[in-house]
Amino acid sequence: MSVLLLADHDNGALSPATARLVAAASELGAVDILVVAENPADIAAEAAKIAGVHKVITVVAPATAETITNSLENLAQRYRVVTASASSVGKDVIPRLAAKLDIQPVTDVVEILGPNRFVRPIYAGNALETVTDPQATHLLTFRASAFRPAALGNDAPIESSNLSVTSAAKFLAAHRTDSDTPDLATAQIVIGGGVSVGSAEGFQLIEKLGKTLGAAVGATRAAVDAGYAPNDWQIGQTGKIIAPDLYIAIGISGALQHLAGIQGAKKIFAINSDPEAPLVKIADVALIGDLFEIVPQLVAELERLGLKR
Amino acid sequence: MKILVAVKRVVDHNVRIRVRPDVTGVETTGVRMSMNPFCKHAVEAAVQLAEKGDVSEIVVVSIGPKQSNDVILTALAMGAHRGILVETDAALETLTIAKLLAKVVAEEQPDLILLGKQAVDDDSNHVGQMLAALTNRPQATFASEIVVKGAELEVTREVDYGRETIAVPLPAVVTADLRLNTPRNAALPMVMKARSKPLAVRPAAEFGVDLAPRLSIEKISPPAERVPGKKVGSVSDFAAAIASEVNEMEAL
Ligand SMILES: Cc1cc2nc3c(=O)[nH]c(=O)nc-3n(C[C@H](O)[C@H](O)[C@H](O)COP(=O)(O)OP(=O)(O)OC[C@H]3O[C@@H](n4cnc5c(N)ncnc54)[C@H](O)[C@@H]3O)c2cc1C
Ligand SMILES: Nc1ncnc2c1ncn2[C@@H]1O[C@H](COP(=O)(O)O)[C@@H](O)[C@H]1O
Repeated sequence: MSVLLLADHDNGALSPATARLVAAASELGAVDILVVAENPADIAAEAAKIAGVHKVITVVAPATAETITNSLENLAQRYRVVTASASSVGKDVIPRLAAKLDIQPVTDVVEILGPNRFVRPIYAGNALETVTDPQATHLLTFRASAFRPAALGNDAPIESSNLSVTSAAKFLAAHRTDSDTPDLATAQIVIGGGVSVGSAEGFQLIEKLGKTLGAAVGATRAAVDAGYAPNDWQIGQTGKIIAPDLYIAIGISGALQHLAGIQGAKKIFAINSDPEAPLVKIADVALIGDLFEIVPQLVAELERLGLKR
Repeated sequence: MKILVAVKRVVDHNVRIRVRPDVTGVETTGVRMSMNPFCKHAVEAAVQLAEKGDVSEIVVVSIGPKQSNDVILTALAMGAHRGILVETDAALETLTIAKLLAKVVAEEQPDLILLGKQAVDDDSNHVGQMLAALTNRPQATFASEIVVKGAELEVTREVDYGRETIAVPLPAVVTADLRLNTPRNAALPMVMKARSKPLAVRPAAEFGVDLAPRLSIEKISPPAERVPGKKVGSVSDFAAAIASEVNEMEAL
């Protein structure tokens, strides 16, 4: 029984979450990876290194919902399980594929209990649904943050498919956030800033702390809506789901929709002027006070402790 | 241009839900219900397109129990013209919802179908993409901007790396993200007027779609609770706590 996994990539590079997805998919069978890209070679070479990958299949096409869905649809009959990350790409294509194949998908899987038993969060993670999927083929998306990465060191064969796929939708432009901070979804340490950070300049303070700790930087929806942080930094029900070892929330109240994104964090630290803020209440360690006073002092103190990562 | 908007009635997003002690589901009796927030953005987008011209009609459709009339009325008060309730008391899977909506699309032949990107109860994020496949239309999901350019839409989408702009020919399916617009609160006269707009109620069974679920839900359980932590009194104590976490990480 084998599993097809769609690889996410951006800017010509394989998504750092892929090794986690391979680990998840491997629990269900031998994993083949599909790469759909205009220039898939480098991406496929990266994917071939992940332990547990049986083979990498490439399709040359601009990656749109339709080209990816059509590629998966063409390959699907060879597999019992077709999977992708619960990322913006996986969310875009797996339901489209599901309707084409007349299969009810199970998405945002955070735990695999058996070959057809899965756990997925609902209601912003305030409840967990355990489902059995009796369908002959399973269509799944995994939350990468819920799984540990597979090792590297493999050298799986790469097969180029001559599928030709088309798309009525046309890609026009990418608007990327220029930032050299680590990938939010897989970072070990994440610093989050809330709307109380007050401005884009204020977020530079948060980024500075991030740099000191080698951490990724995230934000609340309120901070993104206010234009202080880019949309791809949003953590939560409608943003990214993170599971770092350490999350430091700065000036964040802890709304349900934000907490939905951080439930997988091992430790949560909080800086907030309000001792009654929900995030302070669930934090492992909290410091009450004004972030504008605390954060610069904290950066200095961490540097004094020699904690430069 | 004719627009169809699909709206779902869900537990209000401000309600802190409770899992039933017998793990059969989430308590919804006596709980405040309202229109799924993402659907509000979809309705607002339709109304804004109409305000700019060339929209002949906005039809809203909701699938659910009788009480889903409320969210259709909300959409009509926001400016939609006509409503359809596909009535059922059954809990339907997303594929079934998409199939019912596809039947409505076949009858109504809209140029543009707007949906929310996800329903905040099941958090599926499926139906728009499924409906696009079933109606053989291109899709533009997670939209934060929609610009009409003749027989095409230019849609900016919120994606993991930032944003991207794509062009989709009409007819098409678009799902709304939260930054698409700011939904209006309908003024009282509009709310009164909504009651006189046409609203057809049709039993789900009438559409010839198999409503039986494919998946079986074993249980709905509450997530693990976090143990409360401690407050520290100074920046240096806080820094020391961070240092100790980092050391532990590096020891692994
Ligand atoms: C459908 C839906 C989906 C949503 N999805 C998301 C999501 O994915 N992610 C998300 O984050 N939100 C999401 N939200 C929004 C969410 O409900 C909250 O509005 C948001 O998380 C609040 O952001 P905040 O904590 O920055 O702001 P606030 O709630 O305003 O909190 C600000 C905090 O800063 C503290 N503070 C103020 N000044 C200072 C200071 N000088 N120093 C230290 N602390 C200070 C205050 O005590 C307060 O706790 C969603 C909402 C809806 C309806
Ligand atoms: N029962 C329903 N009735 C009408 N529209 C729905 C229903 N369920 C889902 N939708 C639409 O599909 C979107 C995505 O829902 P979901 O795929 O369930 O997360 C919602 O925002 C609605 O626009």
